[in-house]
Amino acid sequence: MSEAPAATLDAPAREALAELLLSVADDEFVIGFWDSEWTGIAPMLEEDVATSSIAQDEIGHARALYEMLATLTDGDADRIAYGRDADGFRHAALLNHARGDWAFSVARRYLYETADAVRLAALARSSDEPLAALSTKMRREETYHLQHADTWLRRLSEGASEGRERLVGALGRLWPDAQDVFAPLAAEEELVRSGLLAEPMRALHAEWQARVRPVLEPIVGELPALTPSLDGRTRRNDDFRWLHGELTAVYRSEEGATW
Amino acid sequence: MMTPATDAREQRVWDALAEIADPEIPAISVVDLGVIGSVSVDAERVRVEVLPTFVGCPAVDVIRSQIAQRLGELNVAPGVEVAVTFSPPWTSERITPAGRERLRLSGFAPPVTAPAGIGDGLDELAVLPLAECPYCGSRNTTLENPFGPTLCRAIYHCADCRQPFEQMKRV
Repeated sequence: MSEAPAATLDAPAREALAELLLSVADDEFVIGFWDSEWTGIAPMLEEDVATSSIAQDEIGHARALYEMLATLTDGDADRIAYGRDADGFRHAALLNHARGDWAFSVARRYLYETADAVRLAALARSSDEPLAALSTKMRREETYHLQHADTWLRRLSEGASEGRERLVGALGRLWPDAQDVFAPLAAEEELVRSGLLAEPMRALHAEWQARVRPVLEPIVGELPALTPSLDGRTRRNDDFRWLHGELTAVYRSEEGATW
Repeated sequence: MMTPATDAREQRVWDALAEIADPEIPAISVVDLGVIGSVSVDAERVRVEVLPTFVGCPAVDVIRSQIAQRLGELNVAPGVEVAVTFSPPWTSERITPAGRERLRLSGFAPPVTAPAGIGDGLDELAVLPLAECPYCGSRNTTLENPFGPTLCRAIYHCADCRQPFEQMKRV
């Protein structure tokens, strides 16, 4: 669907770009599926609409990124999205967890959206023109997601004790895995050298910390200083294995079918 | 270089595109919606670039096939290519004045235009919870939900005529 990434890239740069695209696409794809689970059971009707719309945005972003990746690697976007084993996914460990209760989903959405915003700002400066253009477009849509997450974070943190307690518990539990949105990529040196990624992950991680600590620490107290882990994009758990079974069920029922 | 002949053929393409309705809001054409990024015609083919309003817009595939079919019938060049691109990104500023009026007449508030200097760069979008009621023109409206029945719509309520309405979202 999208334009081909720069045909001028040499083999190492193409491989590096493929790793980057897959990591971002998988993040958006997996959180989109978890969000979609709220359709029909959110705490209020307006949130049924909101979470469904956000899920559709995220899966749409994933689709555009998988198509870009398919063009780059001469593959097929649907096969990349639905044809891999659970262990082949490269999303951040933050996105492994099941949706949990509303406070847990709000906590994760806030942590992810803020991290995604920092990453997208860097991707919008990528030397790969189609990726930069797509990221610029995605950033404008993500503004609405950020605002939604921020509103709910404040609403729960300023509300009655139970909501606040659940939120604080969820933030504490998710904080370590949230670092892994910035887990180092194998080809990161090449990505930064070629300008495909405007800044190294550790710089983006520092930028994200500076953004979220002033918001979160008044709610949860001091958060530990952690660094993203080396297996931050390869660790999988039972929650994700269950989701993977769900989201690939139709594809596996008739592989290669045209729907 | 553009010759008068290609110019005339491109105009025929634009005229044909102006008759293709947006699948989600049929009152407005794809041209007035601003989703046609470019049109070019050479000896081999006619090429149209489509700019999705939202990356995940499910109507894009429908728009693509409608354009391909219509231009196939038009016979301005042997080949037809309909590409989707995010460069330049579609923004609500691309909706034409006629398109804004058509949105209003069909009960959709057009997106608000940002005051100069407020989130009007491509890399900073200010979410402005403002809309003018398409029924009575009042600005005394409240944002009920920034998310609506499709990706590109938000839900408002008019405090004056007490009518709920949708706005095509600023993005």
